[in-house]
Amino acid sequence: MAQMTMIQAITDALRVELKNDENVLLFGEDVGKNGGVFRATEGLQDEFGEDRVFDTPLAESGIGGLAIGLATQGFRPVPEIQFFGFVFEVMDSISGQMARMRYRSGNTVNMPITLRSPFGGGVHTPEMHADSLEGLMAQQPGLKVVIPSNPYDAKGLLISAIRDNDPVIYLEHMKLYRSFRDEVPEEEYTVELGKANVKREGTDVTLIAYGAMVQASMKAAEELEKNGVSAEVLDLRTIAPLDVETIVESVKKTGRAVVVQEAQRVAGIASQIVAEIQERAILHLEAPVLRVTAPDTVFSFPQAEEAWLPNHQDIVNKVNEAINY
Amino acid sequence: MKRTNEKYAEQFPTFQILNEEGEVVNEEKMPKLSDDELKDLMTRMVYTRILDQRSIALNRQGRLGFYAPTAGQEASQLGSHFALEKDDYLLPGYRDVPQLIWHGLPLYKAFLWSRGHFVGGQMPEGVHAMVPQIIIGAQYVQTAGVALGMKKRGEKRVAVTYTGDGGTSQGDFYEGMNFAGAFDAPAIFIAQNNRFAISTPVEKQTKAETLAQKAVAAGIEGIQVDGMDVLAVYVATKEARERAINGEGPTLIETLTYRYGPHTMAGDDPTRYRTKDLDSEWEQKDPLVRFRKFLEDKGVWSEEEENEVIERAKEEIKAAIKEADGIPKQKVTELIGNMYETLPQNLQEQMEEYKAKESK
Repeated sequence: MAQMTMIQAITDALRVELKNDENVLLFGEDVGKNGGVFRATEGLQDEFGEDRVFDTPLAESGIGGLAIGLATQGFRPVPEIQFFGFVFEVMDSISGQMARMRYRSGNTVNMPITLRSPFGGGVHTPEMHADSLEGLMAQQPGLKVVIPSNPYDAKGLLISAIRDNDPVIYLEHMKLYRSFRDEVPEEEYTVELGKANVKREGTDVTLIAYGAMVQASMKAAEELEKNGVSAEVLDLRTIAPLDVETIVESVKKTGRAVVVQEAQRVAGIASQIVAEIQERAILHLEAPVLRVTAPDTVFSFPQAEEAWLPNHQDIVNKVNEAINY
Repeated sequence: MKRTNEKYAEQFPTFQILNEEGEVVNEEKMPKLSDDELKDLMTRMVYTRILDQRSIALNRQGRLGFYAPTAGQEASQLGSHFALEKDDYLLPGYRDVPQLIWHGLPLYKAFLWSRGHFVGGQMPEGVHAMVPQIIIGAQYVQTAGVALGMKKRGEKRVAVTYTGDGGTSQGDFYEGMNFAGAFDAPAIFIAQNNRFAISTPVEKQTKAETLAQKAVAAGIEGIQVDGMDVLAVYVATKEARERAINGEGPTLIETLTYRYGPHTMAGDDPTRYRTKDLDSEWEQKDPLVRFRKFLEDKGVWSEEEENEVIERAKEEIKAAIKEADGIPKQKVTELIGNMYETLPQNLQEQMEEYKAKESK
């Protein structure tokens, strides 16, 4: 075991997979010699060569097409989009192309692509860097969308994502990159895609979260505990497809649920979760399923992030609303 | 300051070998094709003209679905394809079904693709090609990736893609060529300039005098070819292929061509935007007419031979339609099964739901 930040765990997973499978290729803007704008690919080009880890021209759509073409030739591409706000440039390659390839070819061509990209607020980035756009990806059949919240999951989920034979969008929250360390095994291991994790057991309310909102939910749960409210915290880890079984099982036990996301209310995946719960567990509910989200504006200007982003206090308040319903 | 936008037209003159009368006007560039190969080329063009005529008729009878006519583009489509090897990878646009067929896609599958059946997208083992691309330009960026893959594997193969004149205005058109150039990848980009993108004439796409000169922006080779001259298209593609497999990078080939029919069979009416004069001007350039003349003058082609090809084409088309008719209807459970290697929770559930529905 070693103490690693999330970014170190990501680099470690990439190293494991580059070593493990000669078809794994890492490419994107400044991921080679520079080691990535966040050092996620630091040292990997030196270790594995320019043939395996390389820079591309500055064009996200081209990067998407490159990944698709390389996949047809038996490679296992792990492209990077520098910030997920730039996904709009490559929406066709992702949603219009790679997500559909297995289906449109009648299950004869598959796309074992893992697209890595940072996102998330709280670090005062310029425009279009921090936006939570996972909801767009979650609406595209053919994709899987993974969002780790800690170093251990980050490594295990990334190894699983790379080994998956269908396209995976792997979103890395910038605020979580170096905010804390965790015990991470040095050897390879996997965390199953499509499975949520019960981070904290509780009996009064289920908090369903992902990304940076997992930490906020854990903090809220601690505070609620002081007031005698026992919150169960689920870290979704994969937001598409959803682990509905684990969600519903928890809600049936607690009878109350709050879904927490950093994305705006009309975005993200909270509404989908609420819909699944009301279809499958309405008779177990003591209160409506409530949502903690950002407001429905464009992502905050950096100086207003603190007021705009949802935080643990918003979660505590929303839980109290559900408890006192 | 020197103006740069005028000299490109001189740098990209139209490459031609056969003129409209079927006379060789560029002896030096004549390809070394045997009589059998020349006849094969003519056979493919005649066959494809018949395929187009029958496809339009079958579409009108409701026995085919989406269809983008190809008559007029035989030299551009088949001359370029003739220069490829079986192992080369083809990334066609939606009008480029003929190249796919000659690359090995069975005719009945081409018809199934037209109708909208997933079996039409299942390339047989060893047929290196993508399903026809509907998103104009997407095939270009993907081609850069396919070609880079071949380069990384150290293979002597090329990736070949096609778009139209309108497609050259897309961002992906430029990005694809630029990526392939930056990686020195073995790619051939073909822009089939039939002068119209649906109703929009090429002059409304760009002020550039040629489309071939767009290669300059990527720093790659570019050539403009008489797209009604099958030998010129063949030679240009063959040379681009040689350069590509020798590590000299990609080429953009603009073929000047024409579609005699509408854009697609979905209600487009070319009389709304094309004049009779323009149509007849291009009909005189018909690639079949001039190549037939060339072969007849050589004494290697006859009316009987052509009629044999026509009869064979009609027979095979009939048989292929029959085979397509015999393919079982698609089930939702099959569509679900084709989504992922391992079905996620939601689809497992929906699979059960539709299995129950389908067993009723």
